Amino acid sequence: MTTGNTTLTGILTWYRRQAKSSTFGVALILLALCIVLALSTDRFLTQTNLFSVMRAFSFIAIIAIGECMVIISGGVDLSVGSIFGFSGLITAIALNRWSWSIPGGIALGMAVGTGFGMVNGTLITRLRIPPFIATLGMLSVVRGLAYAITSGYPVRTPSPYNVLGQGYLGPVPYPVIYMAALAVVFSVFLKKTVQGRRIYAIGGNEQASAISGIRVNRVKMLVYTLAGLLAGISGVISIARLGVAQSTAGLGWELDVVAAVIIGGASLSGGKGTILGAILGAAIMGVLRNGLVLLNVSPYWQQAVIGLVIIIAIAADQMRRGSDQ
Amino acid sequence: MLEVHGLSKRFPGVQALDRVDFDVDAGEVVGLIGENGAGKSTLIKVLAGVHRADEGQVLLNGEPVGIHTPQDSFSLGISVIFQELNLVGNLSVAENIFLGRELRSPGVLRSFLDFGRTTQRAQQLMQQAGLNCDPRLAVEELSLSHKQMVEVAKALSINSKIIIMDEPTSTLTGQETELLFQIIERLKSSGVAVVFVSHKLDEVFRICDRLHVLRDGRHVGALQTARTSRDELIRLMVGRDLGTLFVKQEAQISDTVLEVRDLGSPKGIEHVSFDLHRGEILGFAGLVGSGRTEVMRALFGIDKRTSGEILIDGRPVSIHSPSDAIAHGIGFVPEDRQVQGLVLGMDVRQNVTLASLQAVSERGFLIDAREQGVTGSFIEKLSIRTPSQEQIVVNLSGGNQQKVVVSKWLATNPRILILDEPTRGIDVGAKKEIHRLMSQLACQNVAIIMISSELSEILAMSDRIVVMHEGRKKGELDRAQASQEKIMEIALRQTDQGVA
Ligand SMILES: Nc1ncnc2c1ncn2[C@@H]1O[C@H](COP(=O)(O)OP(=O)(O)OP(=O)(O)O)[C@@H](O)[C@H]1O
Ligand SMILES: [Mg+2]
Repeated sequence: MTTGNTTLTGILTWYRRQAKSSTFGVALILLALCIVLALSTDRFLTQTNLFSVMRAFSFIAIIAIGECMVIISGGVDLSVGSIFGFSGLITAIALNRWSWSIPGGIALGMAVGTGFGMVNGTLITRLRIPPFIATLGMLSVVRGLAYAITSGYPVRTPSPYNVLGQGYLGPVPYPVIYMAALAVVFSVFLKKTVQGRRIYAIGGNEQASAISGIRVNRVKMLVYTLAGLLAGISGVISIARLGVAQSTAGLGWELDVVAAVIIGGASLSGGKGTILGAILGAAIMGVLRNGLVLLNVSPYWQQAVIGLVIIIAIAADQMRRGSDQ
Repeated sequence: MLEVHGLSKRFPGVQALDRVDFDVDAGEVVGLIGENGAGKSTLIKVLAGVHRADEGQVLLNGEPVGIHTPQDSFSLGISVIFQELNLVGNLSVAENIFLGRELRSPGVLRSFLDFGRTTQRAQQLMQQAGLNCDPRLAVEELSLSHKQMVEVAKALSINSKIIIMDEPTSTLTGQETELLFQIIERLKSSGVAVVFVSHKLDEVFRICDRLHVLRDGRHVGALQTARTSRDELIRLMVGRDLGTLFVKQEAQISDTVLEVRDLGSPKGIEHVSFDLHRGEILGFAGLVGSGRTEVMRALFGIDKRTSGEILIDGRPVSIHSPSDAIAHGIGFVPEDRQVQGLVLGMDVRQNVTLASLQAVSERGFLIDAREQGVTGSFIEKLSIRTPSQEQIVVNLSGGNQQKVVVSKWLATNPRILILDEPTRGIDVGAKKEIHRLMSQLACQNVAIIMISSELSEILAMSDRIVVMHEGRKKGELDRAQASQEKIMEIALRQTDQGVA
């Protein structure tokens, strides 16, 4: 057998193994989408455009990292959009009105996000409220707080702070770097640590996990707390990017975030999913938004098209995996 | 009546069926026999329309038939009791029995369910199957063996020509098995063809007229039960002689490690007390519903305790959750592997190490090599049949899943090991292996509690036997005094004597 032949068989076995993983399917869909856009517009495949698309979806993607862990554990967090908005807002207020230092403001925003996450966790584990209801309630509470403390007025952020969201490392926007770093850290956390394994286990079978000695409530607490933290981080960066914090920031984002995670191969019944998948899911939605703009699709139609593509993407993935049996 | 020719089915990494022939006639009971992973359930699932065969033919009364969906199988008059139960937990017993064939109200009310008739018909069927409970009870409230009886009732509710039962007795005790056999005899005399799977060979010899033996997915022989022997059957199944049954080694029984005093739980347990010593195997006997499992659940911290205390090494300990119990060196193999034992969507390795993650990690990080090492050693020790450690456990055969649960608890190196029906659904060879392992552990000073519905297993393995009935301890027997009759006598004795 020649070397060329072995490489080929190697690639083929690799392909067959990958073809079964859902992350691979999502990557294929993203690739297909990019090829279509590259062929149909000349502005899509430029370095500037690609990086600006990545920056645009990085905020959703960072939140999706936390949501992904929640969904793997068998829950769902609908409050992430509100936490994202509030954390950014409180940081902006600290910097602008209370003249806090930049590190102080960032720490406050992240701490507040984490705090809300802990409230979610407590509602779910101590008061045994189903995650859907508990976080739906918190969605409203936190959004309401954001309106209340600003009376709806936007809060500007100081320009030295804005560098954190608007700067570049070479051609790469900072938020993209944050996203990549967080994705790596949490992928390792999920796949390589004891806690990560427990998150998958309780999502797969909570009863069997508990009998195996896993303190299920602690794991849930951890997962919702991390989701709050990540939404907070995303919120804090996003105001630096925009230079202003709005009480309406992140309104309705929970749906995009959940969609990104599900497109990425996670299952709402728990036990399945990957961070890379969630990032790719966010990327698909981001690329799609950008593509629709480049193709001059009327903004009135974009929403419907995005919904349609989400449905097609998930259906295609189901069929691809289903045909295997 | 039903014939199968040259049936093959391949799963990734496994040839589950390799040109298998099979047949069953009206009015006879045919046993389908083979080791764990031999392909029995796969053959049944092909006949049930759950799996599609790669090649081969199914003939019904000489006519080729195509079975592509469960509906096809159903309309051909085949009804199947699967190895893993198929019940909807939050629906009632009656609703489960008529699931998919709901009884409707007459006339214009056709779209509405007829609750009265459903309950009434269900009651009749349950009686036939030997199940005495309220038909309106949610199925998830039932014990595993009662769930099994619901499946039997469900199969009886259909007037099928062929009934296939995949290990129906693995969750039943002696009495309930007797009832099932009466049902089978009745079906047989009314001309129904029955296919019966079991790893309990004495049952097979009692109820079956003919046997088909599978090994590694191949059909290796058809036997007339009357003209064969246990040894010949085992030789055919395993491909070699297995020798005599395992004989327990005498372990050194030393000081008391566990004392349970006056245990009570909301699940009907009252005043249960017993001791357990190092190196001892303590058997728990009793009928289904006698509360053996519930005692262990309370002891292990799964259920609340309403009374009682637990002492380990003479000191009172507080156990409020399984993780407390594990911290005190207790391990627990639960009775229902699918619900309480396994995370079905995870792979073999992840399941084996799930209760001992601390041991295979370093500062919170999992060490691949250690996980692989532990898993590999158990795959070998218990001969778990799996294409790789990365196989998702839901794809393993029933018996191999059971071995994964047992491995998980052995991997925790417990000082006290509770086994609730550890050999359920496990083939003769592997059963011997598990018994040998238990005996070995006892010799290494581990204290073992074993619940089993097979009296022969209890008698063979236990140093002492606790007999329970209706949530209470009725008595205790030493190995030397114990016999099947004594156990039954104590269990059914009216007065509450011998509550030690
Ligand atoms: N859905 C599946 N995907 C992959 N492999 C499978 C699947 N179902 C069964 N197998 C494999 O096919 C083989 C035969 O399994 P099967 O369940 O038929 O065994 P069995 O004879 O019923 O064993 P047991 O006595 O343990 O129930 C096993 O090696 C099993 O791992
Ligand atoms: Mg089977």
